[in-house]
Amino acid sequence: MRRLPNAHEEFRRYRQRVLVAGIGAVLLFGVLLGRFIWLQVIQYGRYQTLAENNRIALVPAVPPRGTIYDRNGIVLASNISAHTLEITPSKVGNLDDTIKRLSAIVHIDASDRKRFERLRSESKKFESIPIRNRLTEEELARFAVNRYRFPGVEARARLLRQYPYGATLSHVIGYIGRINDKDLERLEESGQAANYKGTDYIGKLGIEKSYERWLHGRTGVERVEVDASGRAERKLSRTAPVAGDDIYLNLDAKMQQIAEAAFGSQRGALVALDPRNGAVLALVSEPGFDPNLFVDGIDPDSWKALNESPDHPLINRALRGVYPPGSTIKPFMALAGLQLGVRKPDEEISDPGYFSLPGSRHRYRDWKWGGHGMVDAKKAITVSCDTYFYGLANLMGIQPMHDFLVKFGFGEKTGIDLDGERSGLMPDPAWKEKRFHQPWWPGETVIAGIGQGYILATPLQLATATMAIANDGVIYKPTLLRAWRDTATGQIHYVAPQVLHDVKLKPEYLQLVRDAMVQVTHPGGTAVEAGRDAPYLFAGKTGTAQVVGVKQNERYDAKKLSLRNRDHALFISFAPADNPKIVVAVLVENGGHGGSTAAPIARKVIDYWLLGKLPGKETAHKASADSGDQEDSFPVDAPADAATQSIGAQQDGR
Amino acid sequence: MAVKYWLRRFFSHLDLPLLGMLLVLLTLSAVIVYSASGGSDDKLAAHFMNMAVALGAMLVMAQVPPQRLMQVTLPIYVLGVLLLLGVAIHGDVVNGARRWLNLGVTRIQPSELMRLGVPLTLAWYLHRRQEVLAGRDFIVAGVLLMIPVGFILKQPDLGTGMLIAASGFYVLFLGGLSWRVLAGGAVALAAFLPVAWKYLLHDYQRQRVLTMLDPSSDPLGAGYHIIQATIAVGSGGLAGKGWMHGTQTHLDFLPEGSTDFIFAVFSEEFGLLGNLFLLALYSAIIWRGLVLASRASSLFGRLLAGSFVLTFFTYAFVNMGMVSGILPVVGVPLPLVSYGGTSMVTVLLGFGIVMSLASHTSLIKS
Repeated sequence: MRRLPNAHEEFRRYRQRVLVAGIGAVLLFGVLLGRFIWLQVIQYGRYQTLAENNRIALVPAVPPRGTIYDRNGIVLASNISAHTLEITPSKVGNLDDTIKRLSAIVHIDASDRKRFERLRSESKKFESIPIRNRLTEEELARFAVNRYRFPGVEARARLLRQYPYGATLSHVIGYIGRINDKDLERLEESGQAANYKGTDYIGKLGIEKSYERWLHGRTGVERVEVDASGRAERKLSRTAPVAGDDIYLNLDAKMQQIAEAAFGSQRGALVALDPRNGAVLALVSEPGFDPNLFVDGIDPDSWKALNESPDHPLINRALRGVYPPGSTIKPFMALAGLQLGVRKPDEEISDPGYFSLPGSRHRYRDWKWGGHGMVDAKKAITVSCDTYFYGLANLMGIQPMHDFLVKFGFGEKTGIDLDGERSGLMPDPAWKEKRFHQPWWPGETVIAGIGQGYILATPLQLATATMAIANDGVIYKPTLLRAWRDTATGQIHYVAPQVLHDVKLKPEYLQLVRDAMVQVTHPGGTAVEAGRDAPYLFAGKTGTAQVVGVKQNERYDAKKLSLRNRDHALFISFAPADNPKIVVAVLVENGGHGGSTAAPIARKVIDYWLLGKLPGKETAHKASADSGDQEDSFPVDAPADAATQSIGAQQDGR
Repeated sequence: MAVKYWLRRFFSHLDLPLLGMLLVLLTLSAVIVYSASGGSDDKLAAHFMNMAVALGAMLVMAQVPPQRLMQVTLPIYVLGVLLLLGVAIHGDVVNGARRWLNLGVTRIQPSELMRLGVPLTLAWYLHRRQEVLAGRDFIVAGVLLMIPVGFILKQPDLGTGMLIAASGFYVLFLGGLSWRVLAGGAVALAAFLPVAWKYLLHDYQRQRVLTMLDPSSDPLGAGYHIIQATIAVGSGGLAGKGWMHGTQTHLDFLPEGSTDFIFAVFSEEFGLLGNLFLLALYSAIIWRGLVLASRASSLFGRLLAGSFVLTFFTYAFVNMGMVSGILPVVGVPLPLVSYGGTSMVTVLLGFGIVMSLASHTSLIKS
């Protein structure tokens, strides 16, 4: 047995091994010490000179950012050369005193100071931070004369981003802002950090963010000789930067302006798409904000004002606002009913003004007191009969309804090339069980039939879904990007349309729904005012989404409700109905009824697109600077009298 | 009374000399990080936060009895190997290496877990076999070591893989691996190196070694780091340029000044005298650590604590060697000095374990 003495022997061996390891460590540290002595004592003179002469600095040459154009070549975002006044805090003795003396020469107001303080708290002490942007020529000259009095202060020529359309396009174009720690982390992870050396700004929102990779370009390198304080003295060699790619959007800036103006002071959103390829022609969210504020680094007061405004100007309602679709769901419900064989096209129901579930006394009321009389599928859409769809939903059941509507993209993101899109909600019993741990009630199916209850959609989703009706079931992915120009090769690459859904629908059912939607904008329909004298077939569907519930025995009375609790007005539309070239969805928050507030906005946008008509003018020409594709969408192939004829024929047929 | 008792019990597991020296090192670290970051208060605040978390982890770890550690050893090892397997199958690729595993909620780098897991497992295994220890057991232990190391080298993460291999090797060495095997291993390694160079190393890894041998061959690429770091160290001279006055640092010639290359900043600003002080401080910590390791009451404790302390030495040596240009550039932070939470927590956690092993004196039954 050799176990007993073993413990002791083992411990001795351990001590011995530790000793060996310790000696090894000391020896290796000795090697390091030798190396330090070599570098810091023996070779000190050499390295000291090297450090002194370490004048070849590699300075990144920042590429100019790509320009953003609309479909007609109108500039939406560009770079302007401007002079900024910058302070390097580590080189300035008394910062407050310096700024005070500076303000005697150039104009520096309170918001400049606040912005400077905020940027300073985010920067290193040896980084130069702008105190004033966009110096005037006069200010620049005054500073140049006094420059010797301000060590550590410099006037620099910089390329600043400019958004000529300001708030009109804020939600689409977004803005660039100073690179922060989070951006840096992302850049490092994606291996792009090196390409951003020297770059101060990065796309934070919108197109500027989505296409950052193209817009930014490739950073070049300059080898410059610097003096002991790091100031560049002489350029030695240079690898030129490659400018960022230019980007062309599908958007029409003019149309965007028209849509924005049509909203007036109302809050809401509009999405206009080309149903033939998913091109986003206009994307409005009102109110917007001035993206130029963000470029210079927004001052805290403006930020607070934007952030705390009850109008929420920073939220892009077109893709982040989710609303009950209300009656705009009805054309899709009608298609579901027909396609699934729940109701036949000419099957009529009697509408007493309400619907009740069998065995229940609860009344789901129609918007029209007393009802619409005998109603078939077509009339149900035209007059927006609630009772018809309550009953239809009940017969169909929630699961088939859900399964049919998701084919149109309800409840899922469209995948538009903008950040932050929300998916809305298309409920089914499984969802409710998971979310609330409750079973699905039949009454919830009934109200889902008119787009109320849990169901939520973004204006973008409504427009995308409408594409299916306009386009024989085919839905293209909504896309803002039309093309980009590769700076290196000069080549323009066009974006190919991408099919998102292809819903199989029987042509005669589609035709029925389309006809009904055309009727909506004609006498007897819910948007007759907006459709008056349209020289093309204008198909639409109004909707109203409740903000507050109305009790069983009360009637909705807009006058009694405060402004913020009034219903949201909705409208989906496409035109010309016999050859659709544009789809428009409009939402007006607290706008009341869709026919009177939302539909006129859509009409103005469509008039412009199809007729080149500017609001307030009888006829006008759209400035066309674009290619043949543009021409294609121009000719008015549904002249006024032709339209009336076809409608007359339909009316005869009924 | 009860409070007093618990307080005394709490402090009885801390080693005050070691704690004191660690605090001196951390203070020094704060001073350098502040300078290296160009005087960023935010970074300093974040650095202090990291320290607070890491010190907390150490204080807690010192209370955990070794028996508890032995209980969790195998689960940690198995989990670690499974996670590494996960990484190999579908890890996220960052900068060309597959090191991260996305768990949906968060991303983790399983090799970090193995920094503790490997020495724990080997010490646990040798401890179990101590009565009948034979050459066979070292072979088993070697296999236990090579499984995770193989995965990590394959990622590829040469630096971490070799350091984990070293920590495992220290356990075997302290556990009494025979000198004959050691000598044989050294010869085999020497013979194997050319093969590895030719067939196993990736291009960029070969490049790093070549660049170390001759930095001027690539002055704008990888060599730039080495050249600038060497200039920083050399120009520090005997007494340094003074705190916050390193030109290499503050004119942005030094890359990654607050993390892996922080020693260059320190050397430039505090000179040879500063370096001497730092080497002395590291030596004292290592010496104290080895003393504590010898006090551990079980073989498990002695092996584990000894391995931790020697690994700590290795990190310090490799980092300073890399910055002063005698070792190739591998991503190793200067322990307890570089900015970065993960490394700080791992190292202080280790010292917490060392304190625990040295102060829980009841014998462990095998």
